[in-house]
Amino acid sequence: MRAELPGLAGQRAYSIRGGPESLLRYILNRTLRSILTVVIVFVTVFMLLRFMPLNGYFTDEMLKVSDEQTRMAYLRNQGLLDPPFSQLWRFVKNLFAGDLGRSLTVYPKVPITILLCEKIPVTAAFGAASLVLGMTLGLLMGMFMARYKERLGDTLGTFYVVFVRAVPSLIYLFFIQVWVSGVLKLPLVFYEDRPESWILPTICLSLGSIAWYAIWLRRFMVDEENRDYVKFAMVKGLSKKYVLRRHLFKNAIIPIAIYLPSDILFIISGSLIIESLYAIPGTGGLLTKAIQKQDNNLVQVIVLMYAILSVLGVFLGDLLVAFVDPRIRLTEDEG
Amino acid sequence: MKSETVKNMDVLLRPEKFRAAVFDRTASEEGGFSNYSYWRSTIRTFFRSKFVVFIVALIGMLILMAFLYPALSKTDPGAISTNPMTWNKRPNADHWFGTDSIGRDIWARAWYGTRNSFLLAFFIACSDVGVGTVVGALWGYNKKMDPVMIEIYNVMTNIPSTVYLVLLAYIMNTSFLTLFIAMASRGWIVEARFFRNRILSIRDSEYNVASKCLGTPMRRIVSRNIIPHIVSLIIMETALVIPYSISSEVFLSFIGIGMPVDAVTLGNIVNQGRSSFALHPYQMLLPTAILCVITIAFYVIGNKFADASDPRNHV
Repeated sequence: MRAELPGLAGQRAYSIRGGPESLLRYILNRTLRSILTVVIVFVTVFMLLRFMPLNGYFTDEMLKVSDEQTRMAYLRNQGLLDPPFSQLWRFVKNLFAGDLGRSLTVYPKVPITILLCEKIPVTAAFGAASLVLGMTLGLLMGMFMARYKERLGDTLGTFYVVFVRAVPSLIYLFFIQVWVSGVLKLPLVFYEDRPESWILPTICLSLGSIAWYAIWLRRFMVDEENRDYVKFAMVKGLSKKYVLRRHLFKNAIIPIAIYLPSDILFIISGSLIIESLYAIPGTGGLLTKAIQKQDNNLVQVIVLMYAILSVLGVFLGDLLVAFVDPRIRLTEDEG
Repeated sequence: MKSETVKNMDVLLRPEKFRAAVFDRTASEEGGFSNYSYWRSTIRTFFRSKFVVFIVALIGMLILMAFLYPALSKTDPGAISTNPMTWNKRPNADHWFGTDSIGRDIWARAWYGTRNSFLLAFFIACSDVGVGTVVGALWGYNKKMDPVMIEIYNVMTNIPSTVYLVLLAYIMNTSFLTLFIAMASRGWIVEARFFRNRILSIRDSEYNVASKCLGTPMRRIVSRNIIPHIVSLIIMETALVIPYSISSEVFLSFIGIGMPVDAVTLGNIVNQGRSSFALHPYQMLLPTAILCVITIAFYVIGNKFADASDPRNHV
């Protein structure tokens, strides 16, 4: 789900002139821009969703019983044939009143707010566990690969990263579910009352982020390695291990930190594939089900939620880096 | 000892032993150029590793097979058998990789699927990178486009790609064309920004500024110093978009909004194989193997080519 890092860290850089005053202005500017982006994203996605198949607005029983005329009457009654902008206005009004509409086919007539309140905690628990696991292992692996650059450990790590990033995730996730669960005697699907059924989905969720953290940390550390301050620290007689940990790591982690807020927000999004494979009752699985059963209301809310989460994540990431990185400069660089 | 050497040198370097060289115009020109050729060095560096040669040969054979088999073989990959005896057959002489739950030949399906998926991915890659390069070049040379393009970029990349794909595939009836539209409508902006940044940084690099100051016309700078860099980037990006597109197709098939069920694509074959995996694991074996080889190979080729096209890695 995560965008690629844009080339090197420098491409995303802002330049600083002046002191805290301009930082404040930067934050204000960035906030306004994010609000604009949220509005544009929201409106675009909402308009696209107006093209959803009309059948998706009916519950199963309605499709069975009613004829064409009653259906159209129902659509008109629900305001689904109104001009898109008045539909948007109504949706926003309801949104602020805490009403997201009702599910149609997946859980007929259940309010979506209640569904989300039920699903999000499950997904978030998995997400948080895999975020911690993925970050710890990924950063350790990245440091290890940078430390033993172009040796066996690095090669093996690269194999892992290439495999995870190139092969469609569905394939290895499926084989892990089928084979590893058999070998380790772990349950094939998720049961709420069996803690051991948490293990495989959590590991699966973190496989991608381990690869992601590892490869980028390795790359930034290797980039930093040739800097003067590193050479100076080595000349002073500090051990390589110490320099890597205390000097290099802090600088190499900054371009990665920009994605941390996104990661934290996205723990509630879950994985579409993993939640369906392991039958985890979370938001990702809910979206998959909603699509398969053509539940327009549900698809709309979840897709909008994802879009807003990701705008928010990018925004917080930029803010975080503006605070964390002392070298940051606050006007946009010329490419 | 020392004076003796000097004396010897004097004997050796007597003026009558030398004669003035004749001025040769062509020879004097030759000294000014090295026989360095960017493309020759890139290709030599690229193929220096045995692993890359192996992978390129492998992918070449796979793709050749994927195009030759449908052209030469008479087996219909969609031919359904009504005779239950021919369903779920294990691999045998007639069906090299067995048949699936309605008697279709998996060997044939795998190659048709590879061809279709590869073509789809290839068209997407060409469109993404092609549009991206052109827009990126215009963007790089035209500052007025900045506000609009950056806003488009922000909006499009802020929506996670999976969500965007799912959304578009959901509102359109999926076919080759709509899947192409869904993926190509997003990819170009990412490529455009990538190429814009690269073109800007190449254009403003010191040697080009210096060359411009010395009076080199813009056309020559573009054709000699910018385009060769961009061409290697184009090849690299195309190679990297292909595995991504193939994966996206598999993902959409899994969610249930991929290609229509009767379309022969790797995504459909893998997902159909998945549903009967517990009883007939062999049905998934060949398509999955081909899929993995293709995606990994293109990923590796793209990255290795990026390394090889960097002049700093040339010998």
